[in-house]
Amino acid sequence: MQDVKAHALLINEVGLHARPSVKLTQLAKRFAATIEIAIAADGPWTDAKSPVKIMRVKAAKGETLYMRANGTDAEEALRALADLVNRKFDEE
Amino acid sequence: MVERCIRGRAASEGVAVGPAVILRALEGASRAKGSLAEEHATLAAAVARARGEVAELIGTLEGDAAELIGFQLALLEDDALTESAYAHIESGVAAEAAWRAAMAAEIAGYEAADDEYFRARASDLADIRDRVLRHLFGLADDGPAPAGAIVVARDLAPSAFLSVDWTKGGGIVLGDGSPTSHVAMLARGRGVPMVVGLGPAWETLSGLLLVDGGAGLVEIGPDAERVARARAQAATLVQRRADAMAHQLEPALTRDGTRISVLVNISGPADMTALPAAACDGIGLARTEFLTGNLLGDEEAQYQAYAELMRWADGRPVTIRTLDAGGDKPIPGYTVDGESNPFLGLRGIRLSLRHPGIFRVQLRALARAAVLGSLKVMLPMVTNARELEEARAHLRAVLAELDDSSIAFAEPAFGIMVEVPAAALAAQDFAADFFSIGTNDLTQYATAASRDGAEVADYADVLHPGVLAMIAHVARAGRARGVDVSICGDAAGDARAIPALLKAGVRALSVSPGLLPMVKAAIRGLDLAALAEDA
Repeated sequence: MQDVKAHALLINEVGLHARPSVKLTQLAKRFAATIEIAIAADGPWTDAKSPVKIMRVKAAKGETLYMRANGTDAEEALRALADLVNRKFDEE
Repeated sequence: MVERCIRGRAASEGVAVGPAVILRALEGASRAKGSLAEEHATLAAAVARARGEVAELIGTLEGDAAELIGFQLALLEDDALTESAYAHIESGVAAEAAWRAAMAAEIAGYEAADDEYFRARASDLADIRDRVLRHLFGLADDGPAPAGAIVVARDLAPSAFLSVDWTKGGGIVLGDGSPTSHVAMLARGRGVPMVVGLGPAWETLSGLLLVDGGAGLVEIGPDAERVARARAQAATLVQRRADAMAHQLEPALTRDGTRISVLVNISGPADMTALPAAACDGIGLARTEFLTGNLLGDEEAQYQAYAELMRWADGRPVTIRTLDAGGDKPIPGYTVDGESNPFLGLRGIRLSLRHPGIFRVQLRALARAAVLGSLKVMLPMVTNARELEEARAHLRAVLAELDDSSIAFAEPAFGIMVEVPAAALAAQDFAADFFSIGTNDLTQYATAASRDGAEVADYADVLHPGVLAMIAHVARAGRARGVDVSICGDAAGDARAIPALLKAGVRALSVSPGLLPMVKAAIRGLDLAALAEDA
């Protein structure tokens, strides 16, 4: 199956920090597809369902979050995740 | 039953009766290493129990605290957290060493971040690490201290204090510790009876304990009559607190009608929620030790923090102390490592004047916040009049810079914290806009007795005639110069010290927000004329 790709700009104040990471991983876990994120278009890629790994990425405000997914609900998953990022994780 | 009584040091007033719950320290804990499979299973069980504990804790918390613990739970539920620890175990390392190594690497990653938000999360990871370690060493089998228990430990971390529900009573007994420690301040703020400095005897405590925080006494196995008396005493104190709270918004007038200003000390945003601003006459001391790492150079972040204080005070005066690092508050890369006696070394203004770039960032942020109300800048650890002049030259330079820009600013009042005995006795020589006496350090320097040394703590008495003479001298110098004199040390919130402080001529006290109602009540019970006659 072909990878689905998307990206979104981190515009919330704190970046992909504690609470945003938890929200992102909780949302990602609702989908069956494998989902990965990166802060460069060519990776390295990180499992979007692992808060420990997401926090290691230390994605700050102003960085672009690249996403790729693979699975039957991959498109839906990336739409939901990009939407969460654009909504500033409902934090501000 | 044999009754026993152990004397320690009074750290927080009040009486509590309850069962002893011993919290053993992680340091020095050890366990026997088992087979590979056993070590693997032991770590898995410890992580599972820590996870269960955190999940349970979330149910009892609200708001920010619940969300922060939610982050810890998310990490504990993630297998990626334990991956490298299990790899260490497979290579023959014991479970606790494997877990420590894995968490050290994770924490180092956070601490290396450029972003302050990420660096601050390192403390959550340290919390997770210690929680799992307690389970590994079998130190946490009893779970968290039940409400109403007497927590017995060698020493207690502020985070451990905050994880206990104190609304149902309970008390604290520590083998080490000091009445001026952070956790003692928290205990006084919350009205939790606390006795410290018990010595090695703390390890022998068990069964029913009675803690008299005012007298510094711990009774083991008190009889029914004693318990009843203590409960009545505790109830009286609760009633006195409630009465004091009911009158907290009214000004503090002595019986002969003298108005005493009662201000608050603020260490962080939580302190501003403890009390309505209308109950106080302003902020007498806002600490800025939250400034670490990148924030030292971040004018905007500092401005936001100061602006928040100004908005809360809503027109009342706000005294903000410039960075008071050094002593027991090191900042990597800023303070000096390896000083043989840091309390007598480079700290406070001494460091600020050696880092003029960082000092000016703070002065700029303060001058900008000064447009929002009545802002007073206080310099800590000033020893010589020359230091005040040098600092003022930096302020003038910053004001001139701002004047050339389009940024709004105002000139703040510029005063000193009096905590060095030589400065106290020469107060008349300082061209300061105000004096605020830091009685904690002034007392330890004047009595040559360390604040944290349990053995010498009795010497560090603010009521020593020599210390009181210095306070009276500063009060006189302030009157002669026509500037305000206040006290911002712990003595200002201590009902036993307040009569002596007012008698020495002080008319403004700045206290921890939790103490303000009782401080006002204590002032209302005093007659300054009668105090003067006692002399």
